[in-house]
Amino acid sequence: MTIEEIENQLVEEFGLFDDWMDKYNYLIEMGKSLPVIDEKLKTDRYLISGCQSKVWVSAEMKDGKVIFKADSDAIITKGVISLLIRVLSNQTPDDIINANLSFLDKIGLKEHLSPTRSNGLTSMIKQMKLYALAFKAKMSK
Amino acid sequence: MKESTLNKIRSDFPALNQKINGRPLIYFDNAATTLKPEVVTDSIATYYNSINSNVHRGVHFLSQEATDAFENARISIQKFINASHSHEIIFTKGTTESINLIAYSFSKNFIKEGDEIIISVMEHHANIVPWQMVCEEKGAKLKIIPMDDAGNLIIEDFENLITEKTKIVSVSHISNVLGIVNPVKKIIEISHKYNIPVMVDGAQGIVHKKIDVAELDCDFYCFSGHKIYGPMGVGVLYGKEKWLEKMPPYQTGGEMIKNVTFKKTTFNELPFKFEAGTPNVGGVIGLQAALNYLSATGLDIIYDYEEELLKYAIEKLSLIDGLQSYGTASNKSGVISFLLDGIHQYDAGTILDKLGIAVRTGNHCAQPLIDSIGISGTIRASFAMYNTKDEIDKFAEAILTVQEMFG
Ligand SMILES: Cc1ncc(COP(=O)(O)O)c(C=O)c1O
Repeated sequence: MTIEEIENQLVEEFGLFDDWMDKYNYLIEMGKSLPVIDEKLKTDRYLISGCQSKVWVSAEMKDGKVIFKADSDAIITKGVISLLIRVLSNQTPDDIINANLSFLDKIGLKEHLSPTRSNGLTSMIKQMKLYALAFKAKMSK
Repeated sequence: MKESTLNKIRSDFPALNQKINGRPLIYFDNAATTLKPEVVTDSIATYYNSINSNVHRGVHFLSQEATDAFENARISIQKFINASHSHEIIFTKGTTESINLIAYSFSKNFIKEGDEIIISVMEHHANIVPWQMVCEEKGAKLKIIPMDDAGNLIIEDFENLITEKTKIVSVSHISNVLGIVNPVKKIIEISHKYNIPVMVDGAQGIVHKKIDVAELDCDFYCFSGHKIYGPMGVGVLYGKEKWLEKMPPYQTGGEMIKNVTFKKTTFNELPFKFEAGTPNVGGVIGLQAALNYLSATGLDIIYDYEEELLKYAIEKLSLIDGLQSYGTASNKSGVISFLLDGIHQYDAGTILDKLGIAVRTGNHCAQPLIDSIGISGTIRASFAMYNTKDEIDKFAEAILTVQEMFG
């Protein structure tokens, strides 16, 4: 699926909840079911220090697509990460670089992307795009 | 406090009258900044809508009015904290600037290489970093008063830290993270035995305790207007005349000079020596209005009620399983800090916000303290005179909801 298709799918899924609590319960579920990353990767090298919650993110290239793995010590942050991974992982570097991620706004979770919330998510997205750029540069060599 | 008094107070704070995420706001982030009573915002609006002139410079009518109002506020604040002279009250933009002023000006004349400065483990970054900078610049050393597990500063250890090289002691009156009321009087007595001056960071102290600087005998006391129901951008530095006289200006420019030629400038006297440039006149007038409001409500009534609220909150939270409190010493005021087993403070804060409850989560600008406890942050609820037991009940229920959601 393309990034846009997955985004639409998520907007639809979240559209089922009219109560914020159901939405957050769902997010918490997603956070809990996110495959935990290898403890080996939970090092400073992959750490994005967000002050309030910590975020780790790593990336590798497989068959022209970027595979992201990420984790956080806070569950809600982890829930949002799981959405971002669903959208951005297994896509081409170009598509990742160009993704605008407006779906978070549509499902009412934009507040978690505010840099002043210092949960590491804004930096995480920046980091994911940087990984994509780096892979793109490597490919074109 | 009588219910009618409480209701009257609540009606004086328009910000209480709003819904957050569809629920009536429960504002428990008072240690970060308090809400403002309407008399404060009114007084600021009145200043700008009528007097609005610069102080100490015009011969015209309004300039005189502004100067009178400004200097009158200085006298109000002098009386509020019982300082000996009104020129011992310096207006700044807040606690942070007050501490920076002292660190800069005091160290210029009194700190040299090898000297020592003592602070405590539970300081806000505003009472750590300025002293660290001084130490770096002068080659001085920063020493730290430790605390016990309940959050009491260890006074015997403090006395042992003092040497003939100790030049100043700077401690918070009340911890913004734990709410512990530090034994500042004792610290001042001990320091004065060795002729060492003491600065008290009163950012949290000013709002929960009657401050009498003469009785405390502190050499400096700092606070921010916005944490005592006044506006942001205005603060106070109280300093004993004998110290302020011996300290050089912090910033220079207009207003703080006596005579300027291109060869040499002589400085104005206290308090103007430390007030370079146009001051925050509206803010100062707003701060005076806040203090008047407190006095009219009755300081003792407020302090007693806040104590009652805190006791009630501690009791309520102690009934919740899986809740860990920090700073459990008995001498507490205004603040509780805690964590929920297995739940990140960020997650808890996010859900509490959804439930209309404003708390602060994180390290509260006191990272060394949080590190020393060995945690990554806390959830902090801090109370003010307009909070109610009913709000605390709702808070306790909300905590159960959080536990359920993440359980
Ligand atoms: C104990 C303490 N000191 C200093 C400060 C800094 O105050 P301000 O930011 O108003 O300058 C605060 C504010 O949080 C505080 O709680």
